[in-house]
Amino acid sequence: MVSPVLRRVSVPARAELLLEIADDELILGWRDSEWTGIAPFLEEDVAFSSIAQNEIGHARALYELAARDLGTTADELAFDRKPEEYRCCELVELRLPEWERTIARHVLYEQADAERLERLKGSDDAEVAGLAAKIDREEAYHRLHAEMWHERLRNEPRYVEALEELRPLVDRRDGHTPELAPLWEEMTSVRRSQPAGTVW
Amino acid sequence: MIYEVFRQERKGQAFQHAGSIEAADERFAEAYAREQYGRRGESVALWVVARESLLRIEDFVDELNRNYHRVDGYPLKEKLREARERAGTATNKGGQG
Repeated sequence: MVSPVLRRVSVPARAELLLEIADDELILGWRDSEWTGIAPFLEEDVAFSSIAQNEIGHARALYELAARDLGTTADELAFDRKPEEYRCCELVELRLPEWERTIARHVLYEQADAERLERLKGSDDAEVAGLAAKIDREEAYHRLHAEMWHERLRNEPRYVEALEELRPLVDRRDGHTPELAPLWEEMTSVRRSQPAGTVW
Repeated sequence: MIYEVFRQERKGQAFQHAGSIEAADERFAEAYAREQYGRRGESVALWVVARESLLRIEDFVDELNRNYHRVDGYPLKEKLREARERAGTATNKGGQG
């Protein structure tokens, strides 16, 4: 069931901002988790899955804060909106089955996210600033991981090409790529299979 | 490159071998060691060392069977029994001799 909340009222500014970050983290977490079991080697399988898990955890915390502003629940915000209602950037929507492109996205996203979190940590809103600080402490590990890979791949032509290819997508938020809809189908399939009237 | 990971359960305890990881260099080794042996707060410290840096010693010589070097090599009970037999006082505590 699609939550009508977002169409009924104009979304408060704080919720708007939180949804933007939450959607980024949820969709990116989903894409990152697709590497579980098929990462280049075992250690990276574990590390990358861990990062994906953190990202979804961040999304959840952000949704919960936004949900209070909007009078709804985190789950409804995460799964019950239609794809076009998500506020994520185009960068996170892409399925990138080549490791060098996944790492390029990882590097670009972590850089942009670090700047965003830094701004939020200075927010007048204590709740937002507090949550941003908590998330930032976990992101430190993500940044370490991204930098480490960047150092290793910086002279690889495929990686350099991937960075150039993906850079323009970091701040593109005025629409969605064709990849979001199928991602949403898959991501919400369990949720949408819940029989009406039941409580899980 | 293979790195061996040792973990310390609590401060003051001996480090124990926890496993090994494969990593391109120390930076990757640290990231992976933290991920695989430090994510659940199960250790207060980790030692990560390249396997090739370990000095392995596996050959020990004991040509003359010097059992008295070993903890189990000097059986006191046995020697006491032999001494008592020689003195003929196997069971006599306060006896002559």
